[in-house]
Amino acid sequence: MLRATLKSLLARKLRLLLSGLAVVLGVMFVSGAFVLTDTLGRSFDAVFADATSDLDVNVAAKPKVALSEAEGEQVAAPVPASVVERVRSVPGVAEVKGVVNADGARLIGSNGKVVTSFGPPQLGENWLGESDLLKLREGRGPQADDEIVVNAALAEAAKVKVGDRVGVLTLAPKKEFTLVGVFGYSGDRGSIGGVNEVAFTTPVAQQLMLGKPDVFSNVAVRAADGTTPEALRDQVARAVGADYEVKTGEQVAADASASLKEGLSFFNKILLGFAAVALLVGTFLILNTFSIIVAQRTRELALMRAIGASGRQIIGSVVLEAVAVGLIASVLGLAAGIGVGALLAYLFGKLAGGLALAGLGVPPAAVIGAFAVGLVITVVAALLPAIRAARIPPIAAMQDVATPDRPLTKVTVGGAVVTAIGAALLFLGLGGHAGDNTLATILGGVLFAFIGVALLTPLISRPVVALLGAIFAWSVPGKLGRLNSGRNPRRTAITAAALMVGIALVTGVTVILDSAKGSISALAEDTIKAELVISGASSGPRPASFDPAVLDKAAAIPGVQLVDGEYGDMAMVDGRRTWVAASSDVAALERIFGATATAGDISRLGPDQLLVSSDTAKSRKLSVGSTVRVQLSRGEARSYTVSGIYESSQLTNPMTLPPQAAADFAIPQPIQGFVQLSPGTRVADVQPQIERLLADSPEVSVADRAAFIKQQTSQLDTPLRMIQILLALAIVIAVLGIINTLALSVLERTRELGLLRAIGLRRAQTMRMITVEAVVISIFGALLGVVVGTGLGAAVVRALKDEGITDLVLPWGQMGTFLVLAAIVGVVAAVLPAIRAARINVLGAIAHD
Amino acid sequence: MTATVGRQAQAAARASDVWKVYGSGEAQVTALRGVTCEFERGRFTAIMGPSGSGKSTLMHCLAGLDTVTRGTVMIGDTTVTGLGDAGLTRLRRDKVGFIFQQFNLLPTLTAQENILLPLSIAGRKPDPAWYDTVIDTVGLRDRLGHRPAQLSGGQQQRVACARALVARPEVIFADEPTGNLDSRAGAEVLNFLHNSVREHGQTIVMVTHDPTAAAYADRVVFLADGQIVSELIEPTADTVLDTMKKLDAPAEVGN
Repeated sequence: MLRATLKSLLARKLRLLLSGLAVVLGVMFVSGAFVLTDTLGRSFDAVFADATSDLDVNVAAKPKVALSEAEGEQVAAPVPASVVERVRSVPGVAEVKGVVNADGARLIGSNGKVVTSFGPPQLGENWLGESDLLKLREGRGPQADDEIVVNAALAEAAKVKVGDRVGVLTLAPKKEFTLVGVFGYSGDRGSIGGVNEVAFTTPVAQQLMLGKPDVFSNVAVRAADGTTPEALRDQVARAVGADYEVKTGEQVAADASASLKEGLSFFNKILLGFAAVALLVGTFLILNTFSIIVAQRTRELALMRAIGASGRQIIGSVVLEAVAVGLIASVLGLAAGIGVGALLAYLFGKLAGGLALAGLGVPPAAVIGAFAVGLVITVVAALLPAIRAARIPPIAAMQDVATPDRPLTKVTVGGAVVTAIGAALLFLGLGGHAGDNTLATILGGVLFAFIGVALLTPLISRPVVALLGAIFAWSVPGKLGRLNSGRNPRRTAITAAALMVGIALVTGVTVILDSAKGSISALAEDTIKAELVISGASSGPRPASFDPAVLDKAAAIPGVQLVDGEYGDMAMVDGRRTWVAASSDVAALERIFGATATAGDISRLGPDQLLVSSDTAKSRKLSVGSTVRVQLSRGEARSYTVSGIYESSQLTNPMTLPPQAAADFAIPQPIQGFVQLSPGTRVADVQPQIERLLADSPEVSVADRAAFIKQQTSQLDTPLRMIQILLALAIVIAVLGIINTLALSVLERTRELGLLRAIGLRRAQTMRMITVEAVVISIFGALLGVVVGTGLGAAVVRALKDEGITDLVLPWGQMGTFLVLAAIVGVVAAVLPAIRAARINVLGAIAHD
Repeated sequence: MTATVGRQAQAAARASDVWKVYGSGEAQVTALRGVTCEFERGRFTAIMGPSGSGKSTLMHCLAGLDTVTRGTVMIGDTTVTGLGDAGLTRLRRDKVGFIFQQFNLLPTLTAQENILLPLSIAGRKPDPAWYDTVIDTVGLRDRLGHRPAQLSGGQQQRVACARALVARPEVIFADEPTGNLDSRAGAEVLNFLHNSVREHGQTIVMVTHDPTAAAYADRVVFLADGQIVSELIEPTADTVLDTMKKLDAPAEVGN
């Protein structure tokens, strides 16, 4: 029995591998995700271990507002110089350095633009001299206040050399310095982990990076010989008190690495999500392939039954085939996944400015995940065909049992039930009734909806395929092709369903993002009453900002009526993390953003007052006169009194603080500016003047409102494009499915095709017949996908109504493209099977048994 | 009319008042009308009859491939009627062998693997002496490693015969075993079946419409319109042909 199974498997290896390809891809993404995170994780470990190699104990103040990696760069609270002295007196301390080290030192390159970074911070530091790790390559350390040194990788990226005057943006606006030296790291590295570094003299670093004299970011301590870092840590901790975090160098490295790894889980989720799509489509393909194979082997399986095989043995033999396919697919997928993981890690390393990669790692999770996913999916998909195989009566071995058209009632009822479950889950999830499980509920709903619709497709396929086929019915081959595609509704349906999944997801995502774009532009156009907007793309982890002096100067330009600079910060408000904003001119709230007061006065704001949005007021039970305690990124916590409440809209912030508060923001500079012109003033007259004002703020530019809106909404284009590219792969897998189904159908109908040829069907006509069949199936799949995707997208858009996505925008053009694409896909998929059909030897086919 | 033939204690298969009705209402077709018949152990019986006479249905019912509407079927001391899937599987495994018109060999397996397939499905080892005897009787020793596609039709059918024989079933049911063979290959296969009955005491029930093939049997049972109408002991091709003609004549007039 085992041998018979394996031999029959070998005889159909190509076909099974084709259907297994989808599993290969799914497994590839699963194992690739694990390999990528493992490799990068160990690389981070190495980087931080290296960076802290000459650090025994580190003293830092607890941050005022603790942020996760995803929420932005956390601002460390400053350590006063007195603490450095206190540490110095601890016994067992060999060396103490007060270190200034903060993100946000942006060097302006020789091209006048800020050197950008994808991920690693742009550190501004005080120059502490050379060490075992750090060596000057050129020049000397900074001695005067207008001197800096930078790391070699940054000098190279900025195309600056020793002796140049270079501009640096910090907490303060642009300042010019003389580059007096370039340093590198041991092992001929120009940077550690792609980090850009600008080193100033200590007082300058304190002022520009921390905003205060005589404070440090942290204190680096080296232990004297004979004192362990752990022992020293405990001693230092006692000396400085509970306000400070004291860690060994190893702890610092481990914590920093852990926080970066947390950020990596995002990549993992994308890759795993895509694996899920590939596997879902793959399930349909495998189900179909095995169903067809079982149908083709009816006589063989009946024979097995006739000579004594039990139903269970038949199921076993089909499942065994599935196990073999799953195993092979898992092995191939794992190999491909290691490759993809390595490639992505390499690209990531490059993008992150030369992260030195640790050796490629294949964690056990990658291997276990690959085999578990590959095997389970294949076996589950093959189970239904296997059960069907076991039901073949032994008598089928002796006569051509006409497989009766099994009624579709059962599958239709099942489909309706599953679809209903999916719809219910979606309703729960999108309606916000699922609590913490919202995402899982929505995903489950989508999955159930797909399976349900797939089960319903046989029923839908009859009328729709007949209608689609009518287009081709003018010629005999067209008519035959149409009839063939309607011949086995289940097979047609599953093949089309595989295509449906990919197209439905792309359509759904496009509907959501287009609706979001449409809603944002509509809102912005209706409400923002500013003719010119100052904004820019960020050059690193933090948003772009500009010199606040520009605001006053712009206000002085003739024809300018109102200028507002917007600041933002993540703060702790009454113990909860909240996004707070400050406007340089609070009047802008009403006059530019169209806010209306629901209580109090929102046109002015005293230094101890704040405004809140109606939503925030409701959720925090605030009213005019309430006091809230606000801890910003810097400075001490202080109380503010609510003096007004404005109606919440997409354009308003939860809380607005007075402009004075912005000095304690993590970024004490405006990140957006809005300029309102007096009636009759031409935009073209004012724009160049503001452009000139922004000469020293190279991160931002000024644009008219239309350009600004376009720039804002175009941020959504990047995720859209990424998702489209990824899902295109799901469609490619579905195309493989169509090829597979057609190839099997051609094989199955060898005798019939031979007969048609014998009675005079030409080769070209045969090919046309097959092509029509393929096109009908794929257009049917695309049609289903567009309809289901639009439904899902519309449901999400409806659910996001309160989030401000008010307009449902349907991408008609794109939907049309999908249908045309589907027709092309059909033609392409038909090529090989059609050639095969046309090549059938007429005589052989008729004699074929 | 019901023929009761050769009442011996040792019946390998027995049908008692078997009725088989397909469909219902106007589309109702009665394929068997109260057939009672015994097939003695160690004999070669042919079932003949014109198309639609119910001969294949009778065989399917006897072999437990099809259920009967009324009456009982027994193989050896097992009552086939009423057995569930597991019981029928065991019956096919242990008591019944099949030879088909289309040979029905697995194309991916060699001749030897095809022959041993029923045993390997049942998880049993072949009796080496008996296996050798079977292989020598069918004369395929030098062809054992070949695939079906590399064998002639006659050789393929001999492989199928060996497959049926090797498990030593109570009864072998042969469904038009020479239907797809030329007369020479057909004669080879029939001789072989005849010999296995003579020399090894195998019981064979064969459905055929070929008088020459039927002549190899010890006894021929004739069916018409779902009833047993006649029988011949020690038939020859001529006597079979004569009986067939007599059966056909009234039927044609009737139509």
